[in-house]
This record gives sequence, C-alpha cells and structure tokens, in this order.
Amino acid sequence: MSHRVRVNPIACEAHGMCAELLPERITLDEWGYPVIDDTPLAGAEVEHAIRAARACPTFALLVERDRDPARR
Amino acid sequence: MSALPATTPFGDGTSKPQTPSLPRLLAGIPAEGAMTLEEHLAEHGAPPLQLGQGRRSDRDRAERLIDEIDAAGLLGRGGAAFPTATKMRAVARSRGRAIVLANAAEGEPASLKDRTLLEALPHLVLDGGMLAAQAVGADELVICVCESFGAGSQSLGEALQERAETADYAEFDRLARVRLTTVPGHYVAGQETALINHAGGGPAKPLFTPPMPFEQGLRRRPTLVNNAETLAHIALIARHGAAWFRQLGTPTQPGSALVTLSGPVAHPGVYEIEHGASLSSLIEAGGGTTAGLRGALIGGYSGAWIGAERLRGIALSNEYLAAHGAALGAGVVLLLSDEACPVAETARLARWLSGQSTRQCGPCVHGLDALATAIEQIAGGDGGGRAAQRVERLASLVLGRGACRHPDGTVNVLLSAVEAFPAEFADHGRRGPCDRCAGAQELPLPRRPLPPDPARRARVRLGAQR
Ligand SMILES: Cc1cc2nc3c(=O)[nH]c(=O)nc-3n(C[C@H](O)[C@H](O)[C@H](O)COP(=O)(O)O)c2cc1C
Ligand code: SF4
Repeated sequence: MSHRVRVNPIACEAHGMCAELLPERITLDEWGYPVIDDTPLAGAEVEHAIRAARACPTFALLVERDRDPARR
Repeated sequence: MSALPATTPFGDGTSKPQTPSLPRLLAGIPAEGAMTLEEHLAEHGAPPLQLGQGRRSDRDRAERLIDEIDAAGLLGRGGAAFPTATKMRAVARSRGRAIVLANAAEGEPASLKDRTLLEALPHLVLDGGMLAAQAVGADELVICVCESFGAGSQSLGEALQERAETADYAEFDRLARVRLTTVPGHYVAGQETALINHAGGGPAKPLFTPPMPFEQGLRRRPTLVNNAETLAHIALIARHGAAWFRQLGTPTQPGSALVTLSGPVAHPGVYEIEHGASLSSLIEAGGGTTAGLRGALIGGYSGAWIGAERLRGIALSNEYLAAHGAALGAGVVLLLSDEACPVAETARLARWLSGQSTRQCGPCVHGLDALATAIEQIAGGDGGGRAAQRVERLASLVLGRGACRHPDGTVNVLLSAVEAFPAEFADHGRRGPCDRCAGAQELPLPRRPLPPDPARRARVRLGAQR
C-alpha cells in the first residue's frame, strides 16, 4: 500500500503552507496554488506530508492511500 | 393498444425484427412534436419488464441486462466514452439504494442531440432510464434537463402522463419514481458531480471526488449518471440484444451514434450514423457543403480541430480519430467555413471557456484566463513566439489541476487549434489580425452567466476554524 499527496482544488485558497512544509513534493504556481508531485511517498515522507496536511488552513491537502483507479 | 407481455426476454422476437440498418434511435421520428407511446410501441415493441424487484430471479435478470450491455460494448455518449456496463456494475455493487440521473443538461452549444431525444423521442429515454434503474436496483430516476429545453420538458411531462394512463407501462414504471429537474444552461452544469450537486439543492458546480458518484452521489446514495442518448441505446439493447447492437459500428465502438452537424452545410441538424462512417457521408447526408471548409471541430468544445487538408477520408470512430488527437465525444461535428478566421474563433472560444469556469479552483480560474489572454495576444499580433510559448506552458500547468476536467478539455481544444492551423497562428503572431478576423463569428458562444454563490467561501472559512 502506498500513500500520495493530493489537493482538493475547491478548498484550496493558496495559503502556500504546504509548499513550505513539503518542498520536496510541492511547489507553487505563478498564482500561488500548489503543483504536486503525486508519485508514491517514500517512508519518512509520509509523516512530513501528514504534518503539511494538518497545517493547511482550509484542510485542502490530502494524504491518500492508493484506492480504486475508478476515478473519472 | 396491445397489452404488454408480463416478461420479455432479450430479443426473443416479440419485438419487431430488426435489420442492421439505420436509423435506430431516430426511427419513426415525427416531423413535429413527440412520438406517442402507441407509436413508440409500434416502432420498437415492448421493453422487457419486471426486472430487479428483489426476488432472486428478478435480480438475475437485472444482472443479465448489465451483462447484455457489457456484451454490446456500449460506451457513454456524454463525452467520455466510458463503458456503461462497468459504471452500472459499480453502482449495483455499492451499498445503499441507488439513484439514476439521466443527463440531458447538454451544455455543449453545438450539440442538439439530447434536446432532440427529449423533445421528439421521450419514451426511448424513459424506457432506458427505467431499465437502467431496474438493473442497478434504483428506486428513483431523475431526468436532468437543460432549462432552455422548453419543449423537451413538456414532451417528457406528456410522455409520463401517457405511461401512467397505460396499465402495463404504469406497472413497469412503478419500480422507480421519476422526477424532472431543470439544470442551468452553462457549460459545466452537465458535469456529473455538478448535476448531483444541483439535483441535491446546491449550485450546479462540480464537487471534489472521491467519493465518486457510484459510491456516494445524490443524497449520499450510489448514483448512476448516464447521458440521455446512452439511456436511449439501453432501451434498444434490452429489446434486441448485444448481437443486434454490434451489427453496426466498429469492434471497439459498436452501434450507432447521434451526431449534431453544423456549419456551412445545406441541412444542419442531428443525424444518426454508424460508428466508423466517413465524415464525407455525413456531410452528404447533410445536403453537402455550402462554402469551402477551413476545418472541423469534432466532439465539442473540449474536442479537437482537424484542418481542412486532413478532412478527406476521416472516419467517425474514436479509433480512427485518435490518430488526429480527436474523439467523437458528445457527437459534435462543427464545420468551419473558409470565410472564418480560425485564430479569431479560437481566441473567442478560449475567452468563452474561461468564462464558463465555475470559479472554484484556482488553477482553472487563473489558468484559463491566462490562456485566453495569451491566445488573444497571438490573434492581436503582439505575441510573436513569446505568447505561443506561454500557451504551451500554461497548458501543461493547468492540466489535471481542477476538481473537474473542464481545464483539461479546454487545453485539449485550444492546443488542437494551434496544431490544426499552424500557419494561421504564426501569421497572426507576426502580422496581427487578418482580413477575416472581423468577419462573421461562426462558433456559437451563448451568453449563459453563472449565478453567484456567495455562501461557498464562508463555508470554507468555517471549516478552517474547527
Ligand atoms: C465540463 C464538463 C461538462 C460536461 N457536460 C455534460 C453534458 O452537458 N451532458 C452530458 O451528458 N455529459 C456531460 N459531461 C460528462 C459527464 O460528466 C458524465 O461523464 C456523463 O454524463 C456520463 O454519462 P455517459 O457515461 O452516459 O456518457 C460533462 C463533463 C465535463 C467535464
Ligand atoms: S476545474 Fe474549473 S470548472 Fe471544474 S470545478 Fe474547478 S473551477 Fe469549476
């Protein structure tokens, strides 16, 4: 089982905390919204990602377990 | 009127024998008004009845309908060509009583097929919706109709009345409650989670997924969302079977499809084609062209442009179109005349698509606006190579970053224009507007303002205080 970072773009308000706390995975675009590397997180990265998710003022950052690829 | 048999297995001959010829869905379509229930039964025969009422044998029959749809290879007609049976199985297997949404939002300005189905052939859509509801174990069918379909809503209401007054049909329809709801006419309103949001009393704006509609949709119940045309095909597959369905079309895209042909042709309108039919046969059916062609937009406003020099020999199947970066999508075939400027048309389309954003996601709001600006710069001549590079960069920046695929569709159609008309874009970038830029606008870009939703930001802030 692997974990990935994802953002809920509807909830995201470009506070930018995630890019500060998880720079190895998240950069900000020219408008301040996160651009995410969503390849599986390795070991200790999961902890960092969870910390970044907790710091998001709008709870827009998600650390997800791999799920059904039935997404459309 | 003849009584319906209590149960009718698939394609057992109680229905009229069907030849592999066209039309199928459009067979017997009246020149005006709607096909009556009596005419519908005379044309197509009775639908198989009493599926999925809870008894074991009925549940098996419901399973068999999904198997039949699977064997038929039916792909969704709302744009994404998703396998219908796969989605139905996912809904049927999810916990809780399911709901079916018939998607007749038809947000595509150049599409008329769903409107045509509802106005003229409401019983096909209702039969398909009822059969789908029975197959996935739903007790509710919500028909979501664009607010601009005055006549479509009226035909549907009259059709429901006719069915209620016909004993056997009333029995068939009793298995699921039918509700009609009108949907705002903006482009994204027909996206499946926007439809669910709106049917549940919210704004017609997409929701973040997961949960996916098949697990938790309307009122958190498993929800099957299918395009109105997809349901109409189910009505016929249930009667005639998978083998019959496959007598037309290609192995990977079986059956027939409704397409909306527009632009400089003698008779623009809705046509039923076999998948794989040539574009030239469609244009011929439409009475031929009335002007020279500059290109064609295939699929809709998230589809792809094909330049005139590549139009010869085009076959209308996804397998063939894939080589041109295109797909049949929602069945839009829009021809652009050589009187039009493809760059000016693309700039207007980009601005319009940016305006259709539901303004929920930053990358969509800012990215599509920036894309439209860059294309306007090229069209105005102050872009040169810079603006063209910016288009490429912005395109890869917004892809996949919205809650729905509106940004992806927009990038797709805009990049396809740049690719299909390279000389025109290069010329405009260097020299500015051409003689045709100020000419007549050919792409329909209706003004459908989005209603404001002031509550949303407040809700998000509330969440932040937890
Ligand atoms: C921006 C956007 C707009 C859409 N508009 C429509 C629409 O107007 N009608 C429709 O049937 N599907 C529309 N769709 C597709 C639906 O989300 C959904 O895939 C479809 O209704 C599923 O039905 P089908 O599998 O029968 O095609 C839209 C999708 C997107 C991303
Ligand atoms: S991606 Fe755009 S259109 Fe889709 S939900 Fe977000 S803001 Fe609305």
